[in-house]
Amino acid sequence: MAAKEDLQLLGLAVSPFAIRVRIALNLKGVSYENLEQNLMDKSELLLKSNPVHKKVPVLIHGGKPICESLVILQYVDEVWTAAPSILPAEPYNRAVARFWAGFVDDKLFPSMVGILKATTEEERAAKVSETLAAMGKLEEAFAERASGKPFFGGDSIGYVDLALGSTLIWLEAVRRMFGVAFIDAGETPLLAAWAERFREAEAANGELPDADIAVEFGRTLQARWAAASAAAN
Amino acid sequence: MAGGGDELKLLGMWASPYVQRVELALRLKGLDYDYVEEDLGNKSEFLLASNPVHKKVPVLIHNGKPVCESSVIVQYIDEAFAGTGPNLLPADSHERAAARFWAAFNDDTLKKASEQALRGKTEEEKAEGKKKAAEALEKLEGGLRDCSKGKPFFGGDTVGYVDVMLGATLGWVRATDQMQGRKMFDPATTPLLAAWAERFVELDVAKAVLPDVEKLIELAKMRHAQAAAAAAAAQAS
Repeated sequence: MAAKEDLQLLGLAVSPFAIRVRIALNLKGVSYENLEQNLMDKSELLLKSNPVHKKVPVLIHGGKPICESLVILQYVDEVWTAAPSILPAEPYNRAVARFWAGFVDDKLFPSMVGILKATTEEERAAKVSETLAAMGKLEEAFAERASGKPFFGGDSIGYVDLALGSTLIWLEAVRRMFGVAFIDAGETPLLAAWAERFREAEAANGELPDADIAVEFGRTLQARWAAASAAAN
Repeated sequence: MAGGGDELKLLGMWASPYVQRVELALRLKGLDYDYVEEDLGNKSEFLLASNPVHKKVPVLIHNGKPVCESSVIVQYIDEAFAGTGPNLLPADSHERAAARFWAAFNDDTLKKASEQALRGKTEEEKAEGKKKAAEALEKLEGGLRDCSKGKPFFGGDTVGYVDVMLGATLGWVRATDQMQGRKMFDPATTPLLAAWAERFVELDVAKAVLPDVEKLIELAKMRHAQAAAAAAAAQAS
């Protein structure tokens, strides 16, 4: 039975950063109040809870906010110590997990967003290459680190799985928008099989909206960036 | 555990604040290590093999196993040597989250803004960067107030994770202050940060690790000259 906690999550259905927190809380069997935010009209609670960035996700535990998705994941892991663990127990394996989660957020995700933001075909092609290269490195990492286990985290979803798995709907959205497959049975067979397992995992069930919702959100973002750029010039 | 069977090797570059973070952490924990200076213009096979993904320093090699990325390395040092020396991250989960938050803030938000302020392509971009950097510094001032609770460091009475991550940048902060004729941690707008910075650079460990400001200025001038020469050559051809 899910433990009752004074816990709220300020999030967005389509945000990979919020998705990963929801899946983590599901993994831990912790119940929480999910408060979907409207980023075009930010709530008082969001502005008060994350005054520095004014972004989602924010986890509010016992009235105290925690911000930044990877910081939240580590907090959840440290507070709710029931299995499964999100980060491995052993320091070296923890370092490897942090490295690859950092890689997803610092290299893969910005390159992918760059595809959406690109204003020329040349720029877009460059960002597509970058994203493909990043996926290639993640495929190699899985080959090296997973040792035949179903997830980066081993038998169950872990830190890197959460970081990468939460971007799947966006990788698919970008594929639908621009025709490039970033997870492909031919090029990245291990990640293709992993992605299936991730999507079907109980903890992820219901947390991954259809990629078309991300496509719609993506188009809204593109329109906003174009308008901002036009206004600046 | 420390000493005994542990072999620690750090691949670094004397002017890199990311490397200095690792050195600060190792020394604060009282750990011995071998330092290997890398020529980043001619990276060693060993570096490339140890950090194939980014090919960057720092890399900490512990008993033959490489750890990369400064924030990952510093947390690794804290966890692998948990019984040795002071803890860099606080014990309380919420405080740990705050420490990780502010370290990330420094590397993402403040760094980006500062870079735009210095290296923006237009005067307009630079001005925007300066404004963002000022806002970021104000927020960081709040972070220091919250984390320190009136004590000398982000870590409280003793140097902690955020102090290490931010403190390592003080070499370049002071060099840039001198070159630009400004004070990044301005006592008028960010008094807590200004006092913290003065305090940090006086620590024995900071004096041992942070490079000479004069040497950094020399390096900056040399890099600037090289960039200008390259640009001129590109224009001429």
